[in-house]
Amino acid sequence: MKLKMVEPWIRTLLFLAAVFSILTVFLIVIFIFKEGLPFLNEIGLFSFTFGETWLPTRGHFGIFPMLLGSIYLTLGAILIGLPLGVGCAIFFAEFAPAKLTSWVRPAVEILAAIPSVIYGFLGLLILVPWLRQLYGGTGFSLLAGALVLGIMILPTIMTVSEDAIRAVPASYKEGSLALGATRWQTVYKVTLPAAQSGIVASVVLGMGRALGETMAVIMITGNVAQVPTSPLSPLRTLTGNIALEMGYAAGQHQQALFATGVILFILIFVLTSLANLVCWKGAKH
Amino acid sequence: MRNFGLACLVLVIILGLGFLIAEAKVTTFTIAGSTSVQPIIEILAQEYMALHPQTRINVQGGGSSAGVKAAATGTAAIGMASRQLHPEERKLWKFTLAYDSIAVIVHPTNPIANLTTEQIHDIFNGEITDWSQVGGKPGPINVITREEGSGTRSAFEELILKKKPIIANAIVQGSTGAVKATISRDPSSIGYISSAIADQTIKILKDNINRPFLLLCATKPSGAVADFISWLRTPEAIAILTAEGLVPVK
Repeated sequence: MKLKMVEPWIRTLLFLAAVFSILTVFLIVIFIFKEGLPFLNEIGLFSFTFGETWLPTRGHFGIFPMLLGSIYLTLGAILIGLPLGVGCAIFFAEFAPAKLTSWVRPAVEILAAIPSVIYGFLGLLILVPWLRQLYGGTGFSLLAGALVLGIMILPTIMTVSEDAIRAVPASYKEGSLALGATRWQTVYKVTLPAAQSGIVASVVLGMGRALGETMAVIMITGNVAQVPTSPLSPLRTLTGNIALEMGYAAGQHQQALFATGVILFILIFVLTSLANLVCWKGAKH
Repeated sequence: MRNFGLACLVLVIILGLGFLIAEAKVTTFTIAGSTSVQPIIEILAQEYMALHPQTRINVQGGGSSAGVKAAATGTAAIGMASRQLHPEERKLWKFTLAYDSIAVIVHPTNPIANLTTEQIHDIFNGEITDWSQVGGKPGPINVITREEGSGTRSAFEELILKKKPIIANAIVQGSTGAVKATISRDPSSIGYISSAIADQTIKILKDNINRPFLLLCATKPSGAVADFISWLRTPEAIAILTAEGLVPVK
């Protein structure tokens, strides 16, 4: 009897929780656009997005170098994180003895729990000087950022891919093995294609993390607002641009940073939609 | 079940009352703004709170412009700024804490003993790009700078570069500490930081570039805030300022 009275209340509470989280998303979107759109109207979306000079205190607002910087860095991180992550996932799901997995996997998962500022600090003190000795220049580079971000997104890609690989029905593998395929042939001809949509999902999650990462990136990429021309060029990302200059920005400069947020939002939206499309096509296949 | 809920409620009320009573005795205010002024204000506030346990001071960063805004809107009782005020900001009540000097720094192994203002100007402006042009070991100069809008950068641009732009391929670091950490590890780099923060990990080439450290309030302060500010002119506060490498105001 009592439980029946409680039920509608619980339902209302849960409904409110859902409404609250959706409302938060909407409020964030509205706020960013409200602050950024008037500025974009004034400067022009095209000259803001594709302008190559960023000198906000002198009235030059062009974020093209940062836009490219964010895209390059994210691709670089995926290039490093995807083979490593999927490799780990295949190893743990298909080849590693259970005992080893139970020890090694938590160790890889701890990578996700390390605060990004620690990655940045290690990058600044160890990786950057090392790259400088190896290749000359300043060491602050796309390469340094991609290496660190690749490691940072590794646990995300690994866990999600591993779940996808483990979810492939055993009958698929048994069928393949029964036909005389080796274990490796089974993995890359049967298991991986069957787990494809999960692996794509892991890449989307990793991409989101790489694109949004700020602290570690600011410390190791050099933050130069110029279009990067090689893996050894320093670069600045969209998030880095906002975080770096927010504290001191006032007036139009501050509006320009909100407008940077608008572009970042659009970029994330486009990338997520693209990835979802790939995912959806893969699932239909 | 019901008794447990009641007990919880009573506990919350008692705790709440306890906090209210404790809170009533303590005056709390916030100081926010320039990250250059923040470290020294934190030390001063700690010393002040040890002497006056009934006052609590929260010190936050945010940057000079955030400090000016916080003071104007009242978000913080005191705003910190490490630059001169712009004309539209001059209606705020202003207290000059001390003067800070910016130092031009290089790696400790750099053989150059000093540079003229002209040479520093040319290096940061991109006219000099190799150490051999200023009598050092041949090799490219890695220029390290702060982000646009930073108080240290605007002071440096104003005082040394005479408002000319800093070379576009200079590495940008978001804090004084990051600039120092970078230069202490790169033998061919040059940068500028607050001299209060300079130490043995780097070498100072020039050290006479001054800017004010300001404390700002919306109106002339009273009560606990005024007590704190007047304490900043006492000999013990001045001793702390001097120990941190700042030049106190007479």
